[in-house]
Amino acid sequence: MKRIVILGAGSGGTMLARHLFKKLPHDLYKITLVDPEARHYYQPGFLFLPFGQIEPEACYRPKTDFIPKGIQLKTDRALIIKPDIQQITLENGQHMHYDVLVVATGTHIAPEETPGMLGEGWRKDVFDFYSFEGAMALREKLAHWQGGRLVVHITETPIKCPVAPLEFAFLADAYFDEKGLRDKVQITYVTPLSGAFTKPRAAAKLGHLLEEKQIDIVTDFAIQEVDNAGKRIVSYDGIEVPYDLLVTVPTNLGDPVVANSGLGDDFGFLPVDKKSLQHRQYPNIFSLGDATNVPTSKAGSVAHFQSELLAANITRYLMGLPVRQDFDGHANCFIETGYGKALLIDFNYETEPVEGTFPIPGIGPMQLLTETRMNHLGKQAFHWIYFHMLLEGRSIPFVSPQMKVSGKKLNQITR
Amino acid sequence: MEKIIAGVTVDVNAEGYLTQISQWNENIASAIAVEEEVGPLGPKHWEVLKYLRDQQSRGTALSIRGIGKSGVVDIKTFYELFPNGPLKKASKIAGIPKPASCI
Ligand SMILES: Cc1cc2nc3c(=O)[nH]c(=O)nc-3n(C[C@H](O)[C@H](O)[C@H](O)COP(=O)(O)OP(=O)(O)OC[C@H]3O[C@@H](n4cnc5c(N)ncnc54)[C@H](O)[C@@H]3O)c2cc1C
Repeated sequence: MKRIVILGAGSGGTMLARHLFKKLPHDLYKITLVDPEARHYYQPGFLFLPFGQIEPEACYRPKTDFIPKGIQLKTDRALIIKPDIQQITLENGQHMHYDVLVVATGTHIAPEETPGMLGEGWRKDVFDFYSFEGAMALREKLAHWQGGRLVVHITETPIKCPVAPLEFAFLADAYFDEKGLRDKVQITYVTPLSGAFTKPRAAAKLGHLLEEKQIDIVTDFAIQEVDNAGKRIVSYDGIEVPYDLLVTVPTNLGDPVVANSGLGDDFGFLPVDKKSLQHRQYPNIFSLGDATNVPTSKAGSVAHFQSELLAANITRYLMGLPVRQDFDGHANCFIETGYGKALLIDFNYETEPVEGTFPIPGIGPMQLLTETRMNHLGKQAFHWIYFHMLLEGRSIPFVSPQMKVSGKKLNQITR
Repeated sequence: MEKIIAGVTVDVNAEGYLTQISQWNENIASAIAVEEEVGPLGPKHWEVLKYLRDQQSRGTALSIRGIGKSGVVDIKTFYELFPNGPLKKASKIAGIPKPASCI
């Protein structure tokens, strides 16, 4: 019996396990998921938690709900991977042998990487919303906050769901407006990038939206420290941004199991081939989701597209066939812009987000890179789709793992 | 496109980054440094540039975080040496491609 071990039963690991379970004969292959955390979080909900737009209980379900009998779940943390002897060591001291290993350990926030971030102001006037606890603490804070300087900040890139901090700024604008506090709140968006987003056409569009919503933007800001007493963030080149309430996305790092096994890049992400998702040196190691270093967005949609293609590749590998170079970097993200509207972007390694229709070329019903109510309904529907379709390894109608070029206005210049 | 830097014709892209690593030399680096308002290059600058070229030739992706951990220079000093976007500027002066913008 061959053993496939998947580290991490989050979005990517769970979806992949279910695809493999459907493909492989159960008497020949044993699939094991390893994850210490009992809850499966719906992380996109963390964006809405602080504004009271989703209930905490809707943000998680037990992991066991999504793992069919026949797939083994080990509730433990992987500490070390030893690729030469195909073995992992768990926190409880046990060793596990694998024939194929998949690293799906995601990424987590590391506020300790920035001097002062975990200082006396942490979760008093310095918050994150990338963890369930952080989003809940911020929810409490916002309910009572009377206004002042709100700074929405990205520490360093890459981060998962790179549009989430922008969405946070947009939602904050609408939230304080609806509370009648907008004139008492000054919102500043601080980013290490040179614009509102990484890709030029989307950056222009989003930059314009910031302006429209009277959100100031500070670019090229590389934070050196959070000065808790002075209530300001300071950059390496001496720029200071004062805050009354700092909402930051701390450095995102890969799980230590990757770095501690000597397999990580500077951020502890696992380098794999960007099209096959296979490790170059160890062909029986694969990775998907936020844990990889592949140059596309770290998003649930990406993990979903990858899971289907990776299941096929692992099956081919097990059958002795060459793996396929199928993954094109396809990402698909909704961007909430407040007041019940959203924008949608769809892109891959080669094609930046542009305007057009999605998912049915020429029809929609969703509009790319344009604010609409329909896109917002799409994002809300994603909650249901995530728990009921994606995690079960089903596909969304009309949405293929590879990006479609049809329906996209590739040559038109937008502002 | 071609450009004459320090008396030598080299191939550059639209943003002025050398496209052939082998066309680089120290005079070219000094000339780009002046153009980029980094000023005259001192021993520490050269140390960093050498490190960047070494990493590049090994195929390692460069990040400010990685440079900070390298032991060659700390991040604060890196910013002092190459003000306003140190990684972009230092890469240009080192004659290596612009670091892939993050996603
Ligand atoms: C605020 C916010 C908003 C977001 N919004 C969107 C959105 O609108 N659309 C979208 O597509 N994506 C969104 N995302 C991103 C999305 O949630 C992630 O990209 C996705 O969950 C990645 O899946 P993954 O399997 O790689 O990682 P995860 O789902 O995070 O799972 C990783 C798992 O690995 C486990 N693990 C970690 N270390 C170990 C170890 N050593 N041993 C064993 N197990 C381990 C963890 O417990 C976890 O269960 C958002 C994220 C955030 C934070």
